[in-house]
Amino acid sequence: MSLALEVQGERRSVADGSIRVDVDRLDSLMRLMGELVLTRNQSVAHAAATGDATLVRGAARLNLITTELQEVVLRMRMQPIDIVWNKLPRVVRDLGAACGKSVRLEMEGRETELDKTILEAVKDPLTHLVRNALDHGIEPPQARLAAGKGEQGLLLLRAFHEDGQVNLQVRDDGAGIDPAVVAAKALEQGLVSAEGLARMNEREIVNLIFLPGFSTAATVTNVSGRGVGMDVVKSNLERIGGAIDVGSVIGAGTTFHVRIPLTLAIIPALTVLCAGDRYAIPTINLAQLIRLEGGQGLAGIERISGTPVYRLRGKLLPLVYLDRELGVAAPDREERDTVLIVVLQAEDRRFGLVVDGVLDTQEIVVKPLSSQLEHVPVYAGATILGDGSVALILDVLALAQRAHLAGTGREQARAAPDPADGDRPPTGAALLVAQVDRDRQVAIPLERVIRLEEIPAGSVEHVGSRELVQYGEEILPLVRLSGGVGAAARADGDALTVVVCSTGGRAVGLVVEAIVDIVEGGLPGRGAPGAAGLLGTAVVQQRITELLDVEQAVREVDPQFFDPPAVPARGGP
Amino acid sequence: MSAAQLTTFSVADHLFGVEVTVVQEVIRYQPMTRVPLAPAALAGLINLRGQVITAVDLRRRLGFPDRAADELPMDVIVRTGDGLVSLLVDRIGDVVEVAEEAFEEPPETLQGIARELIRGAYKLDHALLLSLDVQGAVHLPPPGGSGTSGTAPM
Repeated sequence: MSLALEVQGERRSVADGSIRVDVDRLDSLMRLMGELVLTRNQSVAHAAATGDATLVRGAARLNLITTELQEVVLRMRMQPIDIVWNKLPRVVRDLGAACGKSVRLEMEGRETELDKTILEAVKDPLTHLVRNALDHGIEPPQARLAAGKGEQGLLLLRAFHEDGQVNLQVRDDGAGIDPAVVAAKALEQGLVSAEGLARMNEREIVNLIFLPGFSTAATVTNVSGRGVGMDVVKSNLERIGGAIDVGSVIGAGTTFHVRIPLTLAIIPALTVLCAGDRYAIPTINLAQLIRLEGGQGLAGIERISGTPVYRLRGKLLPLVYLDRELGVAAPDREERDTVLIVVLQAEDRRFGLVVDGVLDTQEIVVKPLSSQLEHVPVYAGATILGDGSVALILDVLALAQRAHLAGTGREQARAAPDPADGDRPPTGAALLVAQVDRDRQVAIPLERVIRLEEIPAGSVEHVGSRELVQYGEEILPLVRLSGGVGAAARADGDALTVVVCSTGGRAVGLVVEAIVDIVEGGLPGRGAPGAAGLLGTAVVQQRITELLDVEQAVREVDPQFFDPPAVPARGGP
Repeated sequence: MSAAQLTTFSVADHLFGVEVTVVQEVIRYQPMTRVPLAPAALAGLINLRGQVITAVDLRRRLGFPDRAADELPMDVIVRTGDGLVSLLVDRIGDVVEVAEEAFEEPPETLQGIARELIRGAYKLDHALLLSLDVQGAVHLPPPGGSGTSGTAPM
């Protein structure tokens, strides 16, 4: 407690009231603190189980004191952000001189404290943001005067605590980021589709600058444009559980807002059950829990060609089975009545992790893994649970990459060909890959997909040359892709796999052989399309895949589809 | 130095020894948390008074057949360059003092991975005492491709 008092002696001046403490000692104190947190968790759980009032009261007090002590110990590892900031005035001065810009640097909240390890981790991203603001944000003096601003630019750094997180802002009063320019660049570089853009608001468009491969720098200066982009800043911050976004007003300036956790050593986590083992998932990645019971479990999940998806509020959520991903699935666990989906967010990818059970949320102490496990990237560390057993902490981003949800898009974007390849088709951020024939695959922008359906072949009705099927209260026209894009129409099986797409404000069912996968990221289009209705080709999972132009494919099969009178009357036969 | 002290233990009927100074402690079998996707020789993680420690199964590491399901191994906690690691052995033996003169190069009877991890043998009166290369034993090659064999050649 005497140490704690030392820390709390805030009224004394820093000079006479502080002592130097070896970092090793702090680390060992931290370790013991972790022990205490575990013992606390154990005692509290046990006391509650006994129902003994005295014991419960004692445990409650222990709980309170431990929480307080934990805060004190965490604060001992804290250092003011100024340690990083005090190097920045020089950076700003030197860079300003190099770029011929006059910049005044202001700092607010120098005394804001961060955990030592986090402080080290934010140093580089923060410096990058400052350099970026100087190079791209603040205009040269003449331009500023022309815009009616003072000759001297202002760069404001702010740091403050909010919601148990540290907030850092880098704000400049420069030209701001033009959403139109960002949108055009992102489209040109194939990072986003035109449809996707249309649905974004300005703020979302400006935040596209964090996509891997994105660069608006027209010229490479010695400050920026060296290939280290905002995506690296973003991923570096995400590695420590942080987040970044950007807001901008044209002509008035840009603000980068970084949120990072106070500490990495003790984090809240959700404990889940998988194949008899317990795993911890950091709650920072947790978006939602879904429990499907009874028939829902089987009906709610489309389980087609091994690419399970769940419809979450109208959007397709790719599912990852934790037991299969870890290779511990029991062979007889194919169909379950009750399905638990942990909806997770990693970078900008959202996916559902299917687990056997969800236990509870608690504060866990992160313990590093030994070097023997560094080749196994799906774990972020280990922790000791209340009963003393060890549980692995899942690295959600690595898990998504392992399941090919997030990684593919990133790599493809990096390897994207040069912007001179201008007539590449605009491709979506996510694509549904479907098999049309035995050896042909097509990709459909996921944002066009409404549902995936299995329709019994017998329910298909023929009206003239058209095929229709009753779909809820509507009548859904069917388009057979196998016939439509130049291949022979296949013989009817027992059931048709139908991708329900929206086109021209109406729904159309594309009949495919099977759903293969959902892939992320703009596919680099290649070569001339072989037939109308195709935007180009790309390689998905070592297979040539054609990018489908939904409107054109529909028109190929049914030229009158988009003519208003051709809409079949409601009611059906 | 003409004599060394070795902590001895047996693995698959072979007698092994490691320097007494690298052994922190020997404990009875601890329940382990398995680590999916890890090399096969990595038996799991144990909780040693609040520290998470990796357990390496020496049988698998040395390419011996697995022990029977009802035989519980023991944990020999050793200090390595990478922190504490637990070696799973069949039985723990005595601490013996060995003379340098009794040392010889690895015997020809041992093949493959075991040979790489054994520095040599001390000829005792009743048995051969194999000197284990602890650093080598706790360094696990990454599982090759989809296979999980931790005993694959490096």
